[in-house]
Amino acid sequence: MAEKDTYLIDGSNRRWFLKQSSALTGLLLAPPLVATSAQSTQRQPTVPPSGKRAITLRINKKTYKIDVEPRETLLDVLRERLDLTGTKKGCDHGQCGACTVHVDGRQSNACLMLAVMHQHQEITTIEGLAPSKSQLHPLQAAFVKHDGYQCGFCTPGQIMSGVAIIRQGHANSPDEIREWMSGNICRCAAYRGIVEAIGSVQKEGKTV
Amino acid sequence: MAKKLIGDPIDRIDGTQKVTGSARYSADVKRPGLVHGVLVMSTVANGTIQTLDTTETLRLPGILAVMSHTNAPKLGGMDKNKSGETASDRVLHVFQDNLVHYNNQPIAMVIADTFEQAVEGASLVRVTYATEPVKPGLPTSTDKPLTPPRLPRVDDQVDTTRGDVKKGMAGAASTLEATYKTPTQFHNALEPHAVLSFWEGDKLTMYTTTQGISGYQKRVAELFGMPKENVRVITQYLGGGFGSKGTTFSQAMLGPMAAKLVGKPVKLVLKREHMFGMVGSRSATVQTMNVGATADGQLTAMTHDTLAQTSAFDEFMEPAGTITRMLYACPNLATTHKFIKANVGSTSPMRAPGEAPGVFALECAIDEMADKLKIDPLQFRLKNYAEEDPHRNRPFSSKSLRECYQQGADQFGWSKRAKQPRATRDGNYLVGMGMATTVYPVNRGESTAMVRLNTDGTVRLETGTQDLGTGTFTIMNQLAAEVLGLSPDQVTLGAGDSKYPEAVGSGGSRTTVTTGSAVTQAAQEVLKKAKKMAYSDKKSPLYAVAEAEIEAKNGRLESKSDPKKGESFTSLLKRNGNKPIEATTLSKSGAEKETHSMSAFGAIFVEVRVDEALGEVRISRMLGNIAAGKIVNAKTAKSQILGGMVWGVSMALHEYAALDTRNARIMNPNLAEYHVPVNADIRDIDAIFIDEADETVNPAGVKGIGEIGIVGTVSAIANAIYHATGKRHYDLPITVEKLIG
Repeated sequence: MAEKDTYLIDGSNRRWFLKQSSALTGLLLAPPLVATSAQSTQRQPTVPPSGKRAITLRINKKTYKIDVEPRETLLDVLRERLDLTGTKKGCDHGQCGACTVHVDGRQSNACLMLAVMHQHQEITTIEGLAPSKSQLHPLQAAFVKHDGYQCGFCTPGQIMSGVAIIRQGHANSPDEIREWMSGNICRCAAYRGIVEAIGSVQKEGKTV
Repeated sequence: MAKKLIGDPIDRIDGTQKVTGSARYSADVKRPGLVHGVLVMSTVANGTIQTLDTTETLRLPGILAVMSHTNAPKLGGMDKNKSGETASDRVLHVFQDNLVHYNNQPIAMVIADTFEQAVEGASLVRVTYATEPVKPGLPTSTDKPLTPPRLPRVDDQVDTTRGDVKKGMAGAASTLEATYKTPTQFHNALEPHAVLSFWEGDKLTMYTTTQGISGYQKRVAELFGMPKENVRVITQYLGGGFGSKGTTFSQAMLGPMAAKLVGKPVKLVLKREHMFGMVGSRSATVQTMNVGATADGQLTAMTHDTLAQTSAFDEFMEPAGTITRMLYACPNLATTHKFIKANVGSTSPMRAPGEAPGVFALECAIDEMADKLKIDPLQFRLKNYAEEDPHRNRPFSSKSLRECYQQGADQFGWSKRAKQPRATRDGNYLVGMGMATTVYPVNRGESTAMVRLNTDGTVRLETGTQDLGTGTFTIMNQLAAEVLGLSPDQVTLGAGDSKYPEAVGSGGSRTTVTTGSAVTQAAQEVLKKAKKMAYSDKKSPLYAVAEAEIEAKNGRLESKSDPKKGESFTSLLKRNGNKPIEATTLSKSGAEKETHSMSAFGAIFVEVRVDEALGEVRISRMLGNIAAGKIVNAKTAKSQILGGMVWGVSMALHEYAALDTRNARIMNPNLAEYHVPVNADIRDIDAIFIDEADETVNPAGVKGIGEIGIVGTVSAIANAIYHATGKRHYDLPITVEKLIG
């Protein structure tokens, strides 16, 4: 478990550091604070080049070749550049889970990842989950049946996390589901429906 | 045929879109040439902007403009930018001057080709201020309390008295005085406020996040000083609102102003931290309750005095005392409302404004009094049951609270509750049970709906409502289908756009009550026309059959006494000019508003487990029993109540804005530090609806259910914690440090 999570935490820290250091850059430019920020200067990485990089992303079994700035998050690339807007931005800080996607099968917060760092990995978004346009993935159907949502904004992230925990074997009891699903906030609080939806798919033993 | 009181639990009509990610929320909409806006926020709470240096920002590539008070388009309707009659008219900060009234107030916007450029640009704007002393909010404020000019619902008086409180208290065998504190809360819908705006000549189109399309359209138009017909507002999907999208806040103007400034479509999405100030908050309150009762448990007197806060530039009052006026048969009663002014963003309606904090105080005080008198808290409530509304002196249109208490108590096992607090232990846990009454008034506004019965037997329904996630779109179709004897999937809906007939804003649990009534009435009108058509059509099997004798069923009109006698809508319409039948109805309250008191009621039961050594509280069971008139859709309605109850958990145990009183800045403006319940916080939770037929309340026979879930849950939890531990908590939220020891 620890090893699996290391990836996410690492991603989180890097993103945090970048955000933090760009804030520090800002402060450094404000004259009154320069003197007090000597220590911060040493930690400051080189300013990201404004130039773009040509990258290749594998998303939903399709290959996208795209020029991005190194600072563009995977979430913003999905939403703003590739029009894959099913993945939502609720907080942009890895706190709400609305942006959950699968990266090489692992549930990941797309807002904490830089797109340039995820070439050659298999990325799956909510748009890539259903087997076909006319058919829902079993967990998508279960969310509809069990009303595992209200406004629907957190739902893509909930479903991506739900599929991942079923595949990983972490959905064996309501309590286990609740624990593993607690990285996805639902402000409408459809938690009971979410647990029932995931539980029903896990019980049916369907391949997800 | 008896009308169904609990409607079919059909799936949401927009379910597939929501689970596949194809639902386009406002921030998901694309437009050619779209550019991005990012706000710059104030870092002081009171003062004036001295300099706003954009040099570094403008040096960056891709920056189109930095909009601030120095260059923002002037607004023709700024005289309207004041606190209005309704809760949703608040004072906005739209860069027309250099004043700063609260910390984290929008003061500039960077507009750039890409989101990343705008974010970086916003971080480089340098601002200096001339600051003035800060007035912090409650509870530290020392400002002089003022009596507000009004409460948010115009019918509610600010202060009330009935009977003789002094005499009532003197006649009491037992009295108690307690002061309750509730914190500032922020709505935090998961979808950040977003607005995509573009101009075509003098016509403005906005894809935006609003709970009230028509109010938003009017507010934006009046502040720009333009006719509302020139503003189109579209909200196809809304990612929750809870009140923060009911009021039209500053971003609604800043987005289109920026679009005007740069001559391009602008997408403005608030960052999460921007949602702690500029889009409203539930005011902190300090409430003092006095209760007197006879030894056998009859209430003799009550007072409920509320102190809340409003922003320095506004005057919104959290109406916490209104339920106390009407919930119990208490002959002597007084309520007051006062606020202090503070350098905070606008306080505004948040899910059950007034009722949520007010009933926390009321139902905790009732519980404490019952305990003092050694009477079971449920029995104490029954002893003081109000058969009529004691505030308005009117009968209720319906009130099934007794049934809610009874069924809830039976199902929850209330009789097994220990008589004494701190009497039940399970390992390291102290176990307690608590209950409270929950209640929410029926608020009805005005809505228009158009129903058209097509010649192919399908129905087109159009009304400018919005669906916050409550299921509105689904149940509007159900209501129309039910009247016309069709299946809901034979109805298509046009909504979420100001091009459709004007409908009420979705706040105060108004939507099904108001717009649902409009839909019901328009469908009834169409049915009436169809029956008349059959009545006067010699070729119809229902020729000369009286209207009352005909019913609509399975796409047909049939004789009630002889169902075989009848025909389909299709054949009737085909013979009669092959034209659709259409009706448009404006629906609003009638005489019942003056003759009856109308509220939904319920009872909330909670079991908690408290580990005092760890300060840990777990809610092991929660049950809501709700009577709210007809329930249109059992599935979406249940989700509404459960969601409301979890909001009660949040208010009781989790949520509060931490204020740095030195600079009136919120210290936890993010979802990591502003705690809301996650999945693992919620265990066994259920809601049950009580059958309640109400022909008086409105044509749809419904009461609102969006807010009643939260109202009683807060106090039920606090009462359960008392029963578990023997210690009362008066200060929300009841967090670890308060529970230890």
